[in-house]
Amino acid sequence: MALEIIESCVNCWACAPLCPNQAIIPPAPREKRAGPPQAFLGPLGGERSDAAFSGGSHFLIDADKCTECVGDHADAQCVAICPIEGAILDELGVEMNPPGSLTGIPPERWAAAQAEIAAR
Amino acid sequence: MDLPVIAPEAPKAGGCSAGSCGSTASQVDGMSDEIRARVQDHPCYSEDAHHYFARMHVAVAPACNIQCHYCNRKYDCANESRPGVVSEVLTPAQAVKKTLVVAATIPQMTVLGIAGPGDPLANPERTFETFRQLAEKAPDIKLCVSTNGLALPAHVEELAKHNIDHVTITINCVDPDVGAKIYPWIFWKNKRIHGREGAAILIEQQQKGLEMLVARGILVKVNSVLIPGVNDQHLKEVSKIVKAKGAFLHNVMPLIAEAEHGTFYGVMGQRSPKPAELKELQDACAGDMNMMRHCRQCRADAVGLLGEDRGDEFTLDKIEAMEIDYAAAMQVRAELRAQVTAELEAKRQKAHAPATQVIQFMPRAEAAKPAGRPVLMAVAAKGGLVAVHFGHAREFLVYEASAAGAKFVGHRKAEQYCAGDETCGDGESVLDKTIRALEGCEVVLCSKIGFEPWGNLETAGIQPNGEHAMEPIEEAVMAVWNEMLAAGKLDAKPAAAKCA
Ligand code: SF4
Ligand code: SF4
Repeated sequence: MALEIIESCVNCWACAPLCPNQAIIPPAPREKRAGPPQAFLGPLGGERSDAAFSGGSHFLIDADKCTECVGDHADAQCVAICPIEGAILDELGVEMNPPGSLTGIPPERWAAAQAEIAAR
Repeated sequence: MDLPVIAPEAPKAGGCSAGSCGSTASQVDGMSDEIRARVQDHPCYSEDAHHYFARMHVAVAPACNIQCHYCNRKYDCANESRPGVVSEVLTPAQAVKKTLVVAATIPQMTVLGIAGPGDPLANPERTFETFRQLAEKAPDIKLCVSTNGLALPAHVEELAKHNIDHVTITINCVDPDVGAKIYPWIFWKNKRIHGREGAAILIEQQQKGLEMLVARGILVKVNSVLIPGVNDQHLKEVSKIVKAKGAFLHNVMPLIAEAEHGTFYGVMGQRSPKPAELKELQDACAGDMNMMRHCRQCRADAVGLLGEDRGDEFTLDKIEAMEIDYAAAMQVRAELRAQVTAELEAKRQKAHAPATQVIQFMPRAEAAKPAGRPVLMAVAAKGGLVAVHFGHAREFLVYEASAAGAKFVGHRKAEQYCAGDETCGDGESVLDKTIRALEGCEVVLCSKIGFEPWGNLETAGIQPNGEHAMEPIEEAVMAVWNEMLAAGKLDAKPAAAKCA
C-alpha cells in the first residue's frame, strides 16, 4: 500500500514535511545532480549526504515507508496539499487529483486554450 | 496605532523637485511621524526612496498552503515576470550568502523580503532560519515578509521575535462568497478544503493575523489584486476594513492574466483591469487610506532598485565564488545611508516650504473655478528626471497634472520596441502595444523620440514631447500643463484621446 509521485511534480516541497512516515524524498539540488557523490547543504541549510535525496529530478515516495497515511490522518497528506493535478498516483496508477479537480479549469477548456496558443 | 486619513485633495508633493517623482508626500507625509520614520527609506513604500534605496527578495519558500486563481505553480519560465514566480529556490544558507553578497555589491540595498514563490509561512523553518541568520550577520538590513495570511496567527509570535517590522498580507476579499471565486481550495488542519468553506477560513485567519500584528506594533501593508467583475467594487470595503484594523498602507494591483500563464483566470478568459479602472479604484480607496501607486509587482526573486532587475548578476554559482567582507561593506552602507538620508531630508524640507504650499493646499474640488481640467501625462523617467528615450523606456510613470500640481498616479509597462542599432523587426506591433498601454494619457514626455513613433502617437491622440529632457519630472509636467492651459486646450474634453 503506497502512493507514487511522478515527473509532473514541480518540487514545491509542500508534501514532504507533512508525511507522518518521512516517506517523501526530495531530489538533489539542480546543480548537484551530476557528478561524484558528495555531501552538501540540504533544504534547511544543514549538511546532507546523497543518500538523503531521491536521485531523480523530482520528489519520490519510498514505497516501503508509505502507509497512505492510514492510522495517522483521514486523508493522505501529500495528496491533500499537492497543487499539481496528476502528480500523485495510487497503486493502480489512478490520479489522486484528476484534471480540473484543483484548478477548477474544465479539461476541455484547458485543451482548447492550449490548442489556441499553439496555433498562434 | 493612529492611522492617518488623507483625502485625495490632501497636500501633494509639489516641491520635491531635485530628482524625485513626488508621490512621497501622498504616501508618507500623511502618516504619523512614527510610521513615516519607519518607512521613509523603504524602497517599496516610498516613491522617493526607491530612487536611492533598493530591496531584494530571496526565494526560500517553495511550498504553498492555498491555491489562487491567478497563480499557476507549474510555470517557471525565465521570461516570466509575475509576482510569486521564481526560477531558483534557495536554501536558507544560500539565501543568506546571496543577501550578504548583494548588500556588499549594492550598498543601497536596505530591505530583504521573503515572498515566495510559495507562502513564506507555509515554509516556516526555511523562512525563519533565513531571518535568524540575517538578523545576526547583517543587522543593518530590514526584513520583511509577504503572506496570504492563512498561517499568520500561528506565526505572529515568531515574526515579532525576528524583528520583522513589515508584513504584507494579500487580502482580496472579506466576503467568503467573493473568496470562493478567487480561491479554489486551501490546506487547513490536514485537509484540503474547497470553495466557500475554505475561503471563509482564509478570510478569518487573515483578519485575525492583521489584528495580532497591529497589536504587536508590527507594520502591516495590505495587497489586493483587482479582478474585474469579481472583487472590483468589493475592494472598497476591504480598504475600509483593513484601515480600521490598523493597516498602514493598501496596495491595489491589477490582475495579470494571460492564457499562456496557465492560470484559472488566464485560461478562462478573465480579463485584466484597464489602467483607468485601476486608477478609479485607487482614487476611490484613497479617501479611506494611504494608497500605494508605484508598486512594480516585481518577481519573487527580484534584485535591485524597483523596476530594474539585476538578478542575473547574482546567480548561485556566481555567489558561491564570491568572498565578502561584510564588516567593511556595512561601513560603506552606513555612510551611503547617512548621505542619502540627509539628501532626502533636505528635499522634504524644501517640499514643505511655504512657497510651494500655496499650490499644494489648493483644494481641487472646492476651487470656485477650476482653472483647466486635469491631464494624464506619461513620463519616460530615470532618477526623477525626464531622461529616457521613448523607444528605450521599459515603463512610463503616469502623472496627473492639474491646478493642484503634479500627482504621481501610477506606472505603465512598455514594450521596448527599439533595441539600439538592431533592426526593429516587428517593431510596429510592439509600438502599437506601447501606445495602447498609454491609453488615457494625452502627453508623453521623453528625452528623445523617433520620427515614426511620433507620428503614431499623434494619430492616437497622445502628444509626444521631447522639450524637457533632463528636467525634473514634476517641473516638466507642470510646464507642459501650463502651456496647454495657456493655449486654451484645457477647457473642453480632449478631442482624440480617451480620457481616463
Ligand atoms: S500518503 Fe501519507 S504516508 Fe504516503 S507518502 Fe503521502 S503523506 Fe506519506
Ligand atoms: S506537493 Fe506535489 S508538486 Fe509539490 S513536491 Fe510534493 S508531489 Fe511534488
